[in-house]
Amino acid sequence: MPLRLLKYAFSRDYPVTGDIPATPDLKSSYDVVIIGGGGHGLACAHYLSKYHGITNVAVLEKGYLAGGNTARNTTTIRSNYITKEGIAFYKEGVQLYEEMSQELDFNVMFSQRGQLTLAHTEATLRSFHLRAEMGKHAGTNIEVVDAQTVKDLSPHLNMDEGGPLEIMGGLWHADGGTARHDAVAWGYAAQAARRGVEIHQRTEVEGFETDQGRITKVRTNRGDIAAGQVMIAVGGMNYDMAMRAGVELPIRCYPLQAMVTQPLKPWLHTLVSSVSLHTYLVQSSRGEIVIGGGSDPYQLCSTRSTLDMKEHLSEGATHLFPFLQGVRLLRQWAGITDMTPDYSPIMGASPLKNLWLDCGWGTWGFKATPVAGKYMAQTIANGRVAPILEPFTMERFARFELLNEMGATAASH
Amino acid sequence: MKILTCPMNGPRNINEFQCFGPVKNDPDPATTSDADWARHLFRVDNSRGVITEWWRHVPSNYFFLAERNATTNEVIRTFTPQDAEARP
Repeated sequence: MPLRLLKYAFSRDYPVTGDIPATPDLKSSYDVVIIGGGGHGLACAHYLSKYHGITNVAVLEKGYLAGGNTARNTTTIRSNYITKEGIAFYKEGVQLYEEMSQELDFNVMFSQRGQLTLAHTEATLRSFHLRAEMGKHAGTNIEVVDAQTVKDLSPHLNMDEGGPLEIMGGLWHADGGTARHDAVAWGYAAQAARRGVEIHQRTEVEGFETDQGRITKVRTNRGDIAAGQVMIAVGGMNYDMAMRAGVELPIRCYPLQAMVTQPLKPWLHTLVSSVSLHTYLVQSSRGEIVIGGGSDPYQLCSTRSTLDMKEHLSEGATHLFPFLQGVRLLRQWAGITDMTPDYSPIMGASPLKNLWLDCGWGTWGFKATPVAGKYMAQTIANGRVAPILEPFTMERFARFELLNEMGATAASH
Repeated sequence: MKILTCPMNGPRNINEFQCFGPVKNDPDPATTSDADWARHLFRVDNSRGVITEWWRHVPSNYFFLAERNATTNEVIRTFTPQDAEARP
């Protein structure tokens, strides 16, 4: 990458080369059809083409690349989960982000600045001890810190000493970080396209034809295609897409809203989140303060944003950092999250033999982009669910083997 | 703010209410298989059209039903369980 950059700097006309080719004509058949051109689908295409030699792959995207939840999330990367299955999975996710810019020859602007979760009560602090010990046991970088250390890590914080929201301590996850979401998706897309994967934008899947427990045809608005294997990774639309194949997922859709302020000089050097205030903040590389929180209080399939949530997030943010009071908001948006009953994703096999699921990502999909892509590709290539994904099977609900990650999502729900 | 009309308290700010999710009919414990119980517990109506949900007005702890469009968020009507029996 450095050589290419140098060459570009010395070139006279700064040539612009497109990384992602124009949408080609649909072929009649592909070995693998990936539905959803977001981070997960494109990562899977990359791993299939680079490590498994499968290049007769089509990625179908109904809109434009990475325009769904990949564009709408708040780009937190971390592995401070609580179940051992969850930690093992997300820990590898963080490691893959550390290597991603090299892997993709594309700067994804990964900034591993650490995540600080605040405890305003003794009870929260106790739950942090449990989470920290589970994390340490699994080998992640995580510890409970006292109020003074919180102050040192983020000196601008309002400690509210003696107040109702006094900060008693925190959970310091030094592995936590953030990356540029578009770059992650484009990096994977560019690599996959270079190896022959076809990326079809504005191609909507309208239905499936099945025969004897297999998908035989994928019906799109640009014609029918035959597919050897099919993967669904369409974020907030996973429930509807699976229903088109006759597969019923235990998913409910909730909007998740976020917003950014006007750009400021760099001052917030960690990711800060507060469980009690349902608010988290991170400063983007553009200087904007990205503010997010919990999901909307009731289910809805809509990406509208609300004044209620704007007020709620502003209240939390200005409590933690009172000097933000005069700062203006630039944008507010929402994404549709596909929530599972246990707040863990659904990955792996479906009742149809050649349909693979990468669903139920709710509010924590971005951080899993590389690791889900890697192991879904392995699963599709081998026709067998990768061992690390086995606990996330859809069957776990029927067996009552839930993976409760309710408290480990960035803002508790 | 969004207004929800409680059958007992009249129109109130939706922040005063808590949603308990789409109505489910309890299966018969004597005849239902394990798989169907799991489905009953974990499967929730997630359709994009009009869904019927349980809501509670929190300060008065009053439970009632609402028909709401899950895409446009339009509340079609709110009613009591007795109304539901009278007009299914």
